[in-house]
Amino acid sequence: MATRTARDVTSTTAAQVKGLTKRFGSRVVLDGLDLDIARGEFVALLGRSGSGKSTLLRVLAGLDRDTSGDLRVDGTVAVAFQEPRLVPWKRVLGNVTLGLRVPAPVAAADTALAEVGLTERRDVWPLTLSGGEAQRVSLARALVRDPDLLLLDEPFSALDALTRINVHRLVLDLWERHRPGVLLVTHDVDEALLLADRVLVLDDGRIAHQSEVALPRPRERDHPELVELRSVLLTRLGVALEGSK
Amino acid sequence: MSTSSVDIARPATRARPRLPALPRPRLGLRAVSPPALLILWQVASSTGLLSDRLLPAPATVARTAATLTADGTLGDAVAVSLQRALIGFALGAAAGLALALAAGLSRAGEGLLDPPLQMLRALPLFGLIPLFILWFGIGETPKVILVAFGVLFPIYLNTYAGIRGVDAKLAEVGRVLQLGRIALIRHIVLPGALPQALVGLRQSLGVAWLALIVAEQINASKGLGFMINDAREFLRVDIVVLGLLVYAVLGLATDALVRLAERRALSWRRGLLGT
Ligand SMILES: Nc1ncnc2c1ncn2[C@@H]1O[C@H](COP(=O)(O)OP(=O)(O)O)[C@@H](O)[C@H]1O
Ligand SMILES: [Mg+2]
Repeated sequence: MATRTARDVTSTTAAQVKGLTKRFGSRVVLDGLDLDIARGEFVALLGRSGSGKSTLLRVLAGLDRDTSGDLRVDGTVAVAFQEPRLVPWKRVLGNVTLGLRVPAPVAAADTALAEVGLTERRDVWPLTLSGGEAQRVSLARALVRDPDLLLLDEPFSALDALTRINVHRLVLDLWERHRPGVLLVTHDVDEALLLADRVLVLDDGRIAHQSEVALPRPRERDHPELVELRSVLLTRLGVALEGSK
Repeated sequence: MSTSSVDIARPATRARPRLPALPRPRLGLRAVSPPALLILWQVASSTGLLSDRLLPAPATVARTAATLTADGTLGDAVAVSLQRALIGFALGAAAGLALALAAGLSRAGEGLLDPPLQMLRALPLFGLIPLFILWFGIGETPKVILVAFGVLFPIYLNTYAGIRGVDAKLAEVGRVLQLGRIALIRHIVLPGALPQALVGLRQSLGVAWLALIVAEQINASKGLGFMINDAREFLRVDIVVLGLLVYAVLGLATDALVRLAERRALSWRRGLLGT
């Protein structure tokens, strides 16, 4: 049974999952999964396609309540999906303030839009934004809620390489400023290694492996420690390495 | 404009691929053909090629219009018909909208309302006239009810489909953003259903005028239909033609109103449509 509690300042975990099981019909997607995410911790989740990454994230987001096991999420949760999912009939500002319950929502939204560098786009319709801009609005919409847990489901996968580098930098920046617990789902091992404190591999419905990444940021892609971790993770993901790339 | 939902799922923000529109002929060119036809018609009448008994000349129709306007006949007839159309439309649209909201927003409403409405929809609208006459007599009521009945279904079907067609991914966004039920309906469901509901509005206006014309043909002692029928008795083809033109103008005018409303309400799509 999932429990959601109001923000508990004394708690050091943003999310705690024990024995989480999720079935779709007879197919068991999550099978007694355990996971802790600490306050302010940046966790990346890797796994083959169909391994249940999005399912786990949806459970944490409260979008799927039909599960068994223990789930404890402290405080506010915000989500950015793979597609920005902006509400097309609300201007950028309206998307960021949607459902926002703070004393001065517009001021808060303006601050968030400034943080993602979109101040001058606040009054346009979402359909006129580029993919990268839309994704940044989606990040602003999540961050303006000052979440204790930020869930990101492959939010960068549709961006071109250059935009992606910029958005990585932006996310780290915002994370360092706001310090939410982050669960970043990705299929990109390099992305996970560049951003996260801890990289998890989901397989057979459980966390099958985890690697700590104790390097300071910003990180160099070809740092020897990352190169080694990369090959460990790729092996874990079932990708045989012939030579090295 | 009949697409029910916009594919917001895709990260790219451009419109989904569509056929390149044919370049619109310049306004100048579009404005040429109707007057040309009118002149041709006038010439054919003046030279006797077109008998006045079959189709009177445009000038004749214009003169008739002036006369009937001056003595108030045309104005009275239009007022009566317009009133029937408006009342019928308002009743039908209100009922259709209320039913669509009830069926679209709750499972119970859907289960209770949708099956009977789908059954009623299968009834031929004009086949109901004898029944309406038996039930409501031959006064204003059966005409108004016929219009209302015709309007109800396009409004209901499109609004209901619009509500049900709202992107589930956006509904999830609403839940993640902690919108309550009312806020979800207000910010996500209703605006999402609006494009399709407006399609229903336009369809229903077409039906409204058609239903009115048919209802007025059958028995009327006033209104445009009466004016036309009365003119037929006296072989006044010019008045018949005038009546038809007035119906057409009324139809075009209401359609233009809806287009205007569409442009304003759906301006968020404009980036998508590139206008
Ligand atoms: N709503 C659903 N109904 C049935 N099966 C689902 C549903 N959502 C996900 N699944 C299945 O659960 C498995 C895990 O899906 P998902 O969590 O989306 O994987 P990932 O995000 O790791 O690629 C897949 O086999 C998928 O087909
Ligand atoms: Mg996924």
